[in-house]
Formats: sequence, structure tokens, C-alpha cells
Amino acid sequence: MHPKRKQRLIIVGLMVALSSATVGLIVYALSGNINLFYAPAEIAAGEAPLDRSIRVGGMVVDGSVSRASDRLETRFDVTDYAATVTVTYDGILPDLFAEGEGIVATGVLGADGVVVASEVLAKHDENYMPPEVAAALEQSNKVDNQ
Amino acid sequence: MWRIVHQFGSPPWVYRFCERVIPWLLPITFTALVIGSLWGLLYAPTDYKQGDSYRIIYIHVPAAVVALAGYYVMAAAGLVSLVWKIKLADTAMRAAAPIGAAYTAIALITGAIWGKPTWGAWWVWDARITSMLILLFLYLGVIALFEAYENKAIAARACAVLSLVGTVNIPIIYKSVDWWYSLHQPASIKFTGPSAIDASMLYPLLGMIITFYALFAVLMMINLRDLLLDDHRSSAWLKKQLEA
Repeated sequence: MHPKRKQRLIIVGLMVALSSATVGLIVYALSGNINLFYAPAEIAAGEAPLDRSIRVGGMVVDGSVSRASDRLETRFDVTDYAATVTVTYDGILPDLFAEGEGIVATGVLGADGVVVASEVLAKHDENYMPPEVAAALEQSNKVDNQ
Repeated sequence: MWRIVHQFGSPPWVYRFCERVIPWLLPITFTALVIGSLWGLLYAPTDYKQGDSYRIIYIHVPAAVVALAGYYVMAAAGLVSLVWKIKLADTAMRAAAPIGAAYTAIALITGAIWGKPTWGAWWVWDARITSMLILLFLYLGVIALFEAYENKAIAARACAVLSLVGTVNIPIIYKSVDWWYSLHQPASIKFTGPSAIDASMLYPLLGMIITFYALFAVLMMINLRDLLLDDHRSSAWLKKQLEA
């Protein structure tokens, strides 16, 4: 290669490498802030601030959803399989909200460890399949469990 | 071998190549787009959880995939332009930027439309969505930066530097859903191991991804041809070409 071009290639390579390293370090330093939500284990460990708006994410525990009879208020437990946090929410839940599904709730963590949510978002997973396949999978799971 | 490579640096050769390929690639891409859309929107089965709303995946994912790949096309052109000082590479970089911006915008807009019924929000500042918005600003930045300079050689150099530095963002977008807690779900199509999407839904999706790549290629050639017409309007070879 022509020495001039080689020199330019090296300069461009260094430029990209250095800017990557810079961005990499910034992203690494901010990695806690880039997370959209706290996991229940982090809340249990006391890493989340009290009385400030935070997000908590995890799976809705099976059988934990209870609804008030006179209001929209719903109470449910969210888990990351290491710890569990109770969330209350007074509003309309998204269609995909269900027991065993992932959610992200925005709310305030009280001293009693309950998150009073102002917004609940459904976090769906990456699995897509036709209803018949899902039914067949469930069927075979039942057979396995027996 | 070098002769073939050198041809790609020659404006008359590239102009003729575009003129020859566009008339058949454009109708093929358009047909594939219609077939792929009908396949995805009508014939692919509904999803067990999301019902019909998941069908926007057939626009959202292909647009996002090609938006990322298109950035590498633009950055590669920028690299060639900086190191080898080939003017045609500047033209290729300028041709790619608006197409990439359009794909990124489509991915963001369809994502918002999809997010409302499934997540319950149009927009969330999670790592995937925010880094995708930065990608849109990078594309728009390259377009704006080129227009900001009177001297087009300096403009091209500035754009090449910006697009090369911006490549840092691409792996961040791709891995954001694995590195951080985000609302956006991880990738369904996996390069290693079985995909998390059923085959009956996967094939139309792969078809649409290939079609979106072809659409990028044909739009790129149309832009390249038009930019060459503009840049070389007083060249002898172009006059001869247009008279022929």
C-alpha cells in the first residue's frame, strides 16, 4: 500500500478506536443509569432510593394479583426469582399484563417496601408462535409434569 | 481483480451500471415487497399472546436491521473516501445517508405504534430505543453537515469522520437489550441455536428482511445515479452517455 494511504488508514483506525474507547468508558461508567428499571433483588438490597420516582421490573408472581372490589386498584408481587416486591397500581393495566408475564412499573417505593405505581408497562418476551403451537406446548408440559 | 475494484471508482462505469440494474431490480423488489407484506399480514398465523398486533414486526424488524447495516455501508464509504481519496466514495456516502435516515425513522415510528398496544406506552427512554434515536440523529447529522460546507471536499471529509466515529453506536444498539435492563425484548432471530419465533412466522420475516436489503440497494443506486448526474452535468462522458 502507498505509505501515505497507510498513514491515513492508521490515523482513521486510531480515531475510531479512541472514540470507541471513550464511548465505552462513558457507557460503562453510566451503566447503572442506563438500566431502565431496578430488579426486585436490588430493591431488597436497598439500592433503590425511597420516596422518589423509580422503575421496578420483573415477572408478576402467579396467584399474587388481587383487585379491589370498589376501585381499579390492583395489588401484585413482582419477582426476579431472587427477591419479590409488592406493587399497587390504581389504573388501567395494559392488555398483555398477566400473571407470569414481565412488567415494568414506574412508582414510588415507600418505607414499607411497597411500590405505589403511577404507570405499569407490559414487557413482552421474544417468543412468537401461533396459538395452536402454544396450546400444544402447554399440553406436552402438562404431560411431562404428571 | 484490481481492474474490477477500480471500475467501482469510475463514475461513468458506475453510472452505466446503475442505469442497467435499476430497471430490473426495482420491479423485482416491488413485487417482493407486495408478496412479503401479503404473506406477513394475511397468511402468517396470529401470535398466541399478541394476536394480530405482532404483524407490524414484518415492517419494524426489517427496517431496523437494514438501518444498522446501512450505517456500515455509509461508514465504509467514508473510510474509502478518507484513506483512498476516491470521490465516488463521497457520493456513495451521501447517497446512503437519507435512505438510512428513512429506515431508522420507519423503525422508530412502527416501534411506537407497536409499543402502545403491547407495552402500554408510545415511547420509553430505554437503552434500545434511545440508541436508535441517536442513530437517526447521526444520519441526519451527516446530511446536515454535508450541506453546511461551501467546499464539498471538506464537507465530505467532515461527514466521513462523523460517520466513522458514529459506528461506535451500532454494536451498542445491537447489544443494548442484553447489556442493560430494557423494556424492549431481546432478539427473536438467533444466529446460533433455534430462533424464538415459530418457523411459520420466521420465513415471511426473513423474506421481508432480504427485500428491505434489496430496496436499500435499489434506492442507493437511484440516489447514486442522480448525484452523479448532478455532479458531472458538464462532463463529456455524461453528455455522450445521454446522447447515446
